[in-house]
Amino acid sequence: MKAFIEVSGLSHSFGEKRVLDDISFQAAKGEITGLLGPSGAGKTTLVNLLTGQLKPDAGKITIDGSTGNRSRAGIMMDSFGLYERLSVYENLKIFAGIYRASGERIDVLLKKAEMIKEKKTAVGKLSKGMRSRVNFCRALLKECDVLYLDEPTSGLDPATTEKIHEMMLEEKSAGTTIFLTTHNMHEAEKLCDRVLLLNEGRLVENGVPKEICRKYNSENKIEVVLKNGEVHTIKNAGESAGILGRWLGEEAIVSLHSSEPDLEKVFLGITGRRLGE
Amino acid sequence: MNNIFIILKKQIKDTLKNKAVLIQFVMFPAMAFIMTKSVKIEGMPSDFFVNMFSVMYVGMAPLVAVSAIISEEKEKNTLRVLMMADVTPGQYLAGIGGYVFLACMAGAAFFCALSGREGFREKGLFLLIMAVGILASMVLGAAIGVGTANQMAATSVTVPVMMIFSFLPMLSMFNETIKKIAEITYSQQISLLFNGLGENYVRSVMIVAANMIVFGGLFMLLYKKGGLCRG
Repeated sequence: MKAFIEVSGLSHSFGEKRVLDDISFQAAKGEITGLLGPSGAGKTTLVNLLTGQLKPDAGKITIDGSTGNRSRAGIMMDSFGLYERLSVYENLKIFAGIYRASGERIDVLLKKAEMIKEKKTAVGKLSKGMRSRVNFCRALLKECDVLYLDEPTSGLDPATTEKIHEMMLEEKSAGTTIFLTTHNMHEAEKLCDRVLLLNEGRLVENGVPKEICRKYNSENKIEVVLKNGEVHTIKNAGESAGILGRWLGEEAIVSLHSSEPDLEKVFLGITGRRLGE
Repeated sequence: MNNIFIILKKQIKDTLKNKAVLIQFVMFPAMAFIMTKSVKIEGMPSDFFVNMFSVMYVGMAPLVAVSAIISEEKEKNTLRVLMMADVTPGQYLAGIGGYVFLACMAGAAFFCALSGREGFREKGLFLLIMAVGILASMVLGAAIGVGTANQMAATSVTVPVMMIFSFLPMLSMFNETIKKIAEITYSQQISLLFNGLGENYVRSVMIVAANMIVFGGLFMLLYKKGGLCRG
């Protein structure tokens, strides 16, 4: 794996409170790395450190081989930070000017986000989902190698969430490295190539989502759904061969799959806390 | 330079849609116009209302505008987003300051025309005094904007401060004690300069300069303490 973001021994405190403790990880170029953790785990602080908004107490951050480089980084924070009296276009025009992006780029992004009809609408009149789309378009205005997204779909409707996921995957396929923070494990499982599980300022797990789930599959069971609607969880071992053979003979099986834990269960198992807390 | 113009342009568009700030620029010139044209008392100088409202304008409009703009940007997180987009605090302050200064100077030009002052020197001096007063108020407004966390906190500080600086010159006409206190304020000195250009000129300039140094020091202190984004 060629590391694009490399973090080693990163620590940060606010006063007496240690918010991040000895964090080390790598994020590969062109991949989506997800940072998962419950509220207060330190996710936003880590993003603030990566984007240079905070200086770490200890540790080193290297982005594309150099320290403290955020000149080609797009950032979408959890708060919108939009000018409510100005229109969608006027908001984006400000940042297009700063990033030296063209007016055409604004239209392209608004079309992608299905916001072109709202181009002249004041941001203050938009729904939360629409503001989020504008916020995402603003992050994409900058020609960037890395995109930091801090809870981009938190509290959004499914349609907007889907649209943002779609745009993220497009950016990924264009070679952009994406660093995504979320407390939604479904989002992480769907989008992320690697995930970092953060709890109380410490990384408790780091890897490919499916591999992490397999690693914590201590029960080694399989789930069988039958045509009559019954769902059975049986051991993935020789002792289940009889019953499984009978169901197969009766053509009673609708689906059969391994029942390794999802990221939520893994996180709960490691920390005793839920991701959505 | 590009970012300064972007901030300045953004602020023009935003203020045109923000009645609370816009009214600061329009209210006193409008009042001066109405009073000058409608109230004629024998023995009262023709520029009486212009001088009075000019001083109020200097003490109020730039101060309220700058503190309101900065505190709103902090509260709505737009300032943080600008800083993340690599707009420097200096560029931001220059953009906002440039806009408020130009808007206030437009008002000053209106006062100047209304006052009936004649000749390049007299008009130039009037505008120069207005410019210095506007700058002093802007620095004080920036200090309040930087030192407070949100709009509500900024308003609760701005209102008494602007009342003091705007109304002291008028109140000092009626009370000797207030007059003595008012002597050390830039707004009183600007009022004195308007009402008798040339008299105690050096002393007035020194007091205005001292006020600006104090406001500048206060701004630097608050800026160093929390930066532009924190209150």
